[in-house]
Amino acid sequence: MKKASQQTSQPARHALVSVRGMRYARGDRFIFDGVDLDIRRGSVTAIMGPSGTGKTTLLKLIGGQLRPASGTVVVDGENVPELGIKALYELRKRMGMMFQSGALLTDLDVFDNVAFPIREHTGLSESLVRDLVLMKLQAVGLRGASKLMPNELSGGMARRVAMARAIALDPMLVLYDEPFTGQDPISMGVLIKLIRELNDALDLTSIVVSHDVKEAAAISDYVYLLSGGKVVDHGVPERLWESASQWSQQFLNGKPDGPVPFHYPAREYREDLLAGVRS
Amino acid sequence: MILDPFQRLGRTSLDFFERLGRGHLFLMHTLAGIPGLLLRPRLVIAQLYSVGVLTLLIILVSGVFVGMVLGLQGYNTLVDFGAEESLGVVVALSLVRELGPVVAALLFAGRAGSALTAEIGLMKATEQLSGMEMMAVDPMKRVVAPRFLAGFLSMPLLAAIFSAVGVYGGYFVGVGLLGVDDGAFWSQMQSKVDLHEDIFNGVIKSVVFGFVAAWIAVFEGYDAVPTSEGVSRATTRTVVHTALAILGLDFVLTALMFGG
Repeated sequence: MKKASQQTSQPARHALVSVRGMRYARGDRFIFDGVDLDIRRGSVTAIMGPSGTGKTTLLKLIGGQLRPASGTVVVDGENVPELGIKALYELRKRMGMMFQSGALLTDLDVFDNVAFPIREHTGLSESLVRDLVLMKLQAVGLRGASKLMPNELSGGMARRVAMARAIALDPMLVLYDEPFTGQDPISMGVLIKLIRELNDALDLTSIVVSHDVKEAAAISDYVYLLSGGKVVDHGVPERLWESASQWSQQFLNGKPDGPVPFHYPAREYREDLLAGVRS
Repeated sequence: MILDPFQRLGRTSLDFFERLGRGHLFLMHTLAGIPGLLLRPRLVIAQLYSVGVLTLLIILVSGVFVGMVLGLQGYNTLVDFGAEESLGVVVALSLVRELGPVVAALLFAGRAGSALTAEIGLMKATEQLSGMEMMAVDPMKRVVAPRFLAGFLSMPLLAAIFSAVGVYGGYFVGVGLLGVDDGAFWSQMQSKVDLHEDIFNGVIKSVVFGFVAAWIAVFEGYDAVPTSEGVSRATTRTVVHTALAILGLDFVLTALMFGG
């Protein structure tokens, strides 16, 4: 594994997404404090870390929904925080995002959800829209569910519909926010297969934010581990398990105690018990 | 310790003005999204149905009952002076000047305003608005502006319908049940109710109330804390703030229009 500090300060030429010296604060607390990372074109890259490390926030920074306090977030040669609203929306047409909740429009059925971005951004005829939507739904195995409403879908199906919608405009980059959380083994297997196969078949670049270590590592070409507002480790998944970092070993092997302590900071146990009354 | 109440007062005041400023910026963005709707009238028509048509029933029923009560109360007062034939004027003026715009706006806030807030708030809580942003679709233009415009357009029509059915409610009680002369009821109404001073001013009121009610409803939804409790609070705020704003504005507008 490489250390974060070994990254150069210049964006890599082969990178579709390049983040340099990015800092982002919520109130007084820095969620990111000098993050550097590169997402190679055509790859599936996993961003992993414990809950609350700001993985979803990172996706929102890449998508321009949040602005960093400093640093650059370059996507396809454009520095996202500097883009005006029009340029940002043009860039987003080349991105797809699958939200953890699916974020399907609840007043539209599956077909219309997938057709939504196509109808909004293209002047295609309805017959062409229909063909495109059916092709996207076929890719995620839900062509037969096109008439169902979002409240009639299981969690796994909703994410597959969201995936079909994310690729509706044939984007260059797809962002997946916690795609495996709360899924049964079959749904998880389907999602794992789809993320990898869609990436390769459609020549996409995919960023998978997850804390499901084995599943995310299984389909990734490269992995970044985030903690404490920084990239603590990164490398190819095969070498992930050999990392010398104690933090990485604790996270990857799910150890309850280590650099991330089991106990929340508190005063001494004996002293607390003998204090008698709650202070 | 001593300064705590002052600190709280200061914080509350700052929060209030910060929210007021945010609300006005939000309104500017919403209004900027309206010209684009000319190219997509279907978005507005769909909202006119859910905001306007679905509010129609409560407006019709309430309008009839308010008119009937006016007819009854008006008759009991007028008959003491032998002026029961002026009942049509009393009912019509009460409705077109005051009760039509005000009660219709209060009902609108309770039925359509709360629904708008809850819908937009839930869309925010379930990341549908974020999802639209990431699909390069501006939720202000796609979600907020059509709902605001539909609310703004619906309110004057609902107020007019409220007043119209209210007059028939008063007619039913006054003429149908209490024996007021049919011709006197309508002819006195026709001669005393002025198109400009009464009806036109009533329409202005309902337009202003519609603007404010729709603005509060969509802003509260968009500004809601994206949790179930946050949406619940936002919905309550919509009804309370709209009611207070309408009653306050009603006094101001009445003073300007009829204050002498």
